[in-house]
This record gives sequence, structure tokens and C-alpha cells, in this order.
Amino acid sequence: MLDFLHRMASPPHFYRLAGRLLPWLSAITALLFLSGLWGALFTSPPDYQQGESVRIIYVHVPAAWMSLFAYVVMAVAGAIGLVWRIRLADAVAAASAPVGAGFTFLALVTGSLWGKPMWGTWWVWDARLTSELLLLFLYLGYIGLRAAIEDRRNAARASAILALVGVVNIPIIHFSVEWWNTLHQGATVFRSGGPAIDPSMLLPLLLMALAFNFYYFVVLLLRVRTELLLEERRTNWVREVLS
Amino acid sequence: MREFLQMGGYGLYVWTSYGLAALVLILNLVLPWQRHRRVVRELRGRLQREGSL
Repeated sequence: MLDFLHRMASPPHFYRLAGRLLPWLSAITALLFLSGLWGALFTSPPDYQQGESVRIIYVHVPAAWMSLFAYVVMAVAGAIGLVWRIRLADAVAAASAPVGAGFTFLALVTGSLWGKPMWGTWWVWDARLTSELLLLFLYLGYIGLRAAIEDRRNAARASAILALVGVVNIPIIHFSVEWWNTLHQGATVFRSGGPAIDPSMLLPLLLMALAFNFYYFVVLLLRVRTELLLEERRTNWVREVLS
Repeated sequence: MREFLQMGGYGLYVWTSYGLAALVLILNLVLPWQRHRRVVRELRGRLQREGSL
């Protein structure tokens, strides 16, 4: 098992495997986005309270979910790189940050664009919104820290520690709507007693969430491949791959 | 069509959301892709100069 993992994590193997997977993952991503958007914009009904503004939710919720997912990947990969000195893990952590920051930015902005007509305000300092904003700053701090430290190993170590410290924010974001009295509504899908949402809305929401998920892995693999090439540019396998 | 674009009066909010999402997702895909191609080109050029290809 350990042997298998080591082989999987070896840069040349991963580089080739990712290269073979990317076209398939990209195609699946495109199909998921097409079907998800079709459902989100055409077949799903307007909400009886929110009207057509509910369609923002099909972008907002997947972006928010993935902002947490990408952070957890970044922190776990960073920890693996820290403990076992696996270069691939470090490349994964670094690749996860920019996509995750993009998701966080989208969750915040689309939430704002939904909040203005529905709540009557662009922004409130409630626990959910504030902790998600903190998540954006954690991502930006992580990216900035990596860019600021010249030595690759030191940059990886310092940024992994930052990511691990910031991971406490993830359960805070998730449970903020239960622990505090927030203007942001509570969980609708991942809650005890099952999703409190009609299938006509749940299906496009899940399709969009899957689309965001596959998209994330496409970008992740793409970035990891570039990172591996650069890091290993003096090795024979890179020479072989490029020739 | 017009009705669809108006989104029951929420058109500005809905389309700004979808537009920004498209912009961010496309940039986050295209920029790394271009970078990958640039890195491959540069590394290939360096290897050729070194005469190892």
C-alpha cells in the first residue's frame, strides 16, 4: 500500500497520469456545467418568496461549498508535505490556493448580490459573512506568504503552518449559522432530517456543485503539472516528457 | 426573451452574479493553462540550447 502511494506520488508518474486524466475531467466538467446551468436558469421554478433572485443560489452555494473544500485540501496537503516531505503534496497545496480564493470571492460577491434585493443590504457583519471574509484573507495571506519567501522549502513550510492554523475557521464557517444568531439562513441541504429543498431545485444545485467540484480538480491538476515541471526541470523524466 | 433577461426585476443581480462567476472561473482556468504552455516552451528552449535534445 505504502509502496503504491509512493509510486503514485512520484512526480513523473503523477505528471503523466494527470495529463491523461485532464481531457476526460474537462469534458465531464463542461457537461455538468451545461446541464447544471440549464436547470438553474430554465427548468427550475422561481422561489415563492425570493422570485427569480433564487437563481443566484445555484452559483453562490457551490462556490461557498468549494471555498471550504479547497481550503481543507490545501491544509491537508500542506500537512502531508510538512510531515513526510512529499513534494507532490506541497505542489497540490500551492495549486489549491488560487482556485479556492476565487471560489471564496465568488461566494462573497454573489451572496452580496443576493442580499441586496432580499435582505435590503449588501453586507452585514454576521458570523457567517465575517468568517467567510476571514477565509478570503487566509487564502490571500497564504498566496502572499508563498510569494514572499524566496526559498521553496521554507515557503512551503511557513505557508503550510499558516494553512493549518487557519483550518479552525472551517468548522466556524460551517456551524456559524447554528452557533450564532445570523442573518444568513441555516443549512438547507446538509442538515439532520435531510435536505429541506424541493427536488426541482436540489437537482440543478447538486449538478452545479458537481460541476464546480470537477472544475476544481481540472485546475488543480493543471497547476500541479506546471509546478512539477518547474521543480524537476533538471531531472531526466522532464527531459523525456519534453522531447 | 426579454422576460428571461429581466428575471422578474432581479435581472441586474442575477446576471451580474452569473457574469462574475463566468469571469472568475474562466480566468482561473485560462491563466494556469497559458502558464503551463509557456513553461513547457521555455524549458524546451533551454534544453535545446544545452544540446541535450
